[in-house]
Amino acid sequence: MVPELGNFALALACCLALTQAVLSLLGAEGRDARLMSASPGLAFGQLIAVGTAFLALVWSNVVSDFSVRNVAENSQSQAPLFYRITGTWGNHDGSILLWCLVLALCGAAIAAFGGNLPSALRARVIGVLGAVAAGFLLFALTASNAFTRIWPPPMQGQGMNALLQDPALAIHPPILYLGYVGFAVPFAFAVAALIEGRVDAAWGRWVRPWALASWCFLTCGIALGSWWAYYDLGWGGFWFWDPVENSSLLPWLTGTALLHSAIVVEKREALKTWTILLAIATFALSLCGTFLTRSGILNSVHAFANDPTRGLFILALLGLVVVPSLLLFALRAPVLSPSGIFAILSREGGLVLNNILLCSIAAVVLTGTLYPPFANLIGGVQLSVGAPFFDSTVLPLAAPLILAMPLGPMLSWKRATLGPALLRLWWAALAACVVGVIAALGWHGLAALGFAGSAWLILGAAADLGGRIRLFRVPLAESLSRLAGLPTAALGAAIAHAGLGVTIAGIAGMTLASQSVTFLRPGQGLDFAGDHWTLQSLTNKSGPDYVARTATLVVSRDGRTIAVLHPSERAFPVQQTDVTDTAIRTDFLVDLYTALGSVHDGGAEVRLRYDPLAPWIWLGALVMAAGGGLSLADRRLRVGAPWRRESKRGSRAAQVSA
Amino acid sequence: MALSLATRRRLMLVAPLGLAAIGGFGFLRLLDRMQTGRYDPHAVPNFLVGHPVPSFTTTPALPGRGFSSADLRNLPQPVLVNFFASWCVPCQAEHPLLMQLQSQSVAIWGIAYEDSEAAMAGLLAAHGDPYVRLGADKTGAAAIAWGISGVPESFLVDRGGVIRWHIGGPLSAETIAGTLDPLLRTYA
Amino acid sequence: MRRLAIFLLFLAVTLPALAAAPALTQAQEARAERIGSQLRCVVCQNESVEESNASLAADIRRIIREQVAAGRTNHEIMQWMTARYGDFIRLDPPFNQLTLLLWSIPVLAPAAGLATALLAARRRRSEPSALTEAERVRLAELLK
Repeated sequence: MVPELGNFALALACCLALTQAVLSLLGAEGRDARLMSASPGLAFGQLIAVGTAFLALVWSNVVSDFSVRNVAENSQSQAPLFYRITGTWGNHDGSILLWCLVLALCGAAIAAFGGNLPSALRARVIGVLGAVAAGFLLFALTASNAFTRIWPPPMQGQGMNALLQDPALAIHPPILYLGYVGFAVPFAFAVAALIEGRVDAAWGRWVRPWALASWCFLTCGIALGSWWAYYDLGWGGFWFWDPVENSSLLPWLTGTALLHSAIVVEKREALKTWTILLAIATFALSLCGTFLTRSGILNSVHAFANDPTRGLFILALLGLVVVPSLLLFALRAPVLSPSGIFAILSREGGLVLNNILLCSIAAVVLTGTLYPPFANLIGGVQLSVGAPFFDSTVLPLAAPLILAMPLGPMLSWKRATLGPALLRLWWAALAACVVGVIAALGWHGLAALGFAGSAWLILGAAADLGGRIRLFRVPLAESLSRLAGLPTAALGAAIAHAGLGVTIAGIAGMTLASQSVTFLRPGQGLDFAGDHWTLQSLTNKSGPDYVARTATLVVSRDGRTIAVLHPSERAFPVQQTDVTDTAIRTDFLVDLYTALGSVHDGGAEVRLRYDPLAPWIWLGALVMAAGGGLSLADRRLRVGAPWRRESKRGSRAAQVSA
Repeated sequence: MALSLATRRRLMLVAPLGLAAIGGFGFLRLLDRMQTGRYDPHAVPNFLVGHPVPSFTTTPALPGRGFSSADLRNLPQPVLVNFFASWCVPCQAEHPLLMQLQSQSVAIWGIAYEDSEAAMAGLLAAHGDPYVRLGADKTGAAAIAWGISGVPESFLVDRGGVIRWHIGGPLSAETIAGTLDPLLRTYA
Repeated sequence: MRRLAIFLLFLAVTLPALAAAPALTQAQEARAERIGSQLRCVVCQNESVEESNASLAADIRRIIREQVAAGRTNHEIMQWMTARYGDFIRLDPPFNQLTLLLWSIPVLAPAAGLATALLAARRRRSEPSALTEAERVRLAELLK
């Protein structure tokens, strides 16, 4: 009963999305106020319909309704409740439904918070979102229907992928999708602007919060995935330049460029073409990533089950979204009014450099990821492009970016001189050099560069804030009151830039990590990384759907116990797989990392790692997202949600009639 | 190229569309090839076909029957070298086909990959022994010398000791009838 | 009995991996690790041979160390591997005609970006065309 309801709701949602697309776009074209005012209602209706369908699938998973094929293939009744819920999106069909849900949320969010947008623009944005949603809902209904039934239903499901029974991986998809799919909103804004033929400062201000929110989620999603890989895969790696990881990084890179480009559109009405192209490219890369992951074209450990027919459908969706929008871009970009003038050395110039470098890194990652299949297509050879390639090509492009980052915010608009900016940063540069030299004396050169770069970014951000509140140039009390009155966007930007510095410090620290793989029997120990590690015991334990073999490792220094760790290996009989559970002790400066290998002969193979600054990699990402979130709170960016102060007046004035 | 500023700009604006179209077309071809089996991103290629047998040794799996690269030269008839293991499920599926080939007087030399004597003996006793010669590769060195990425894999070696064919998986009736039999006749 | 069989299989598969590897000096071990991190594990396929837990990867690691101990150069060892598995086993793609585009992208992409930016800058700086007679009259009117 419930799955049928879900299927019906899905079909309803598809119809609503189509209607939303057609009516809104027609209404905006014909300046028909009635049709345009219908669009928010349709968007809300679509959200309710998709939400119902999604809840129906979740319900089927929770009650373990094995007459639904999706549930029978991907779940089992012994799985804990939390994982039965999160397992809804742990397979292809469920995740496509999640994608549709987030798309519907985007449309409804525009409908709810887009009150101060001109009605034509709002209608067009909702219309474009509806069109994209219609495509995905059609896909969810036909090629990937989560509600198909099987009869007779099996007594027990085939079990959930054991790897998915992990808290971080369980919430990883929703957060990631809010990022990926969230970029559909700037995309819709870009297409709407191209149709209208107008990109102005107001458009820049309206687009930025949506791009920022999606960017924050995407940052968190990628960091979560990387953290999961670190603590779950068992050998301490956190980024492998795997094709699926790369396809999540690509929209992040162009999304960052989009964020910064939109600032220029808002402040100076320049870089319009760049920004529109970036908005289209970011969503296109999101879709491309979906295609690459689900079609099986790429050689990756992450890829979902291969199904070329699914791949064809997604390729068709990708084509229908990308080709018309790029065609529109080619035809309508010249119509956009000429941009503001600026000198090459200016904040706009700095942001152009930022765009170029970020997009170059994206181009390198895209080429490297797609080279193996295309080389096979054209040359018939089987190549691999792995981590060594990406490490050696991305680093030289990231270096100038890191160098320029603290300088950028210090340059003035339109025309700047380098002198005053360098003057404000001299002490940060000096400190960075000192850090670099000290690090180079003690450790490998690459780590030294990383630490120097990280110091440069963090201190540069501090210098930026210090300059704004005139620290040390006016009494401290006045500085503090300036800090309180600082636009949160400025604070957020400084924090986000500093966050990147923290992440880079973490990565540099990890290059200094050491590890040891040995076979120990209970009672045996070894000296490693300055501490004594002893295997105390090996025990067996049973869980709801697994059997675990746990080791107890004691880490001591000078006779004093610093940590007791319990790495384990869980065997899932239903799925016939083993999952390693590492045990990590962190003091947020160093990670003591242990993993259990094969158990035999009365002992076990253990992997021990000493990872300096590893937590900073993901803490830095959290700081970046926090900075982004803080920027969102800036009252100048409020797009209609009520705020205690005077912004309502300002936003009303910006409403240009259609 | 003396293009006007306007034309250059128009070209730049069309470039993303052009790139996307090329990419999309490429994806289409790749999907098509995946469906027909001509493209498999996970396939590991083997480059020894057309080359002489690599240098390797095996220990005798059962008394007096081990072999090395020196033995695979100047053969009276082509030899099918088959890498297998008793713990490998597809190998057991392929075993009846090997017995069939043996009954047709095809010379099959087996290399047991990282297997124990007891398990191997048990397998051959239970399901029949199609192997003329049988070597054991306890360390995996012979397997890597042949570019193996898993078991079972089989190679056809001609009388001069040159590898003429490789299959990176279990044999099937279709493969035997369509590819292996004609090759056996060619190199007989 | 079944457990014994599983144990035997475990031993059969894992013990060879723990089989005596040749003793190497610090420098030799570092060289072997560097070579290993350049080779793809063909079983796990997106990990390097150094990182992978697969038994085939362990075997390849041992063979690398044997060859390093025997004095082969990095180039020779890579050649030996690619002769059997092809360029596929190298995580770093080779530098040849086919991969020219791949290796030159880190230079081509920023160059193309800079060229676009400069072109745009030049377009912005181009003088506006002179006013026509009618426009000049209109301008005079507006300025009155």
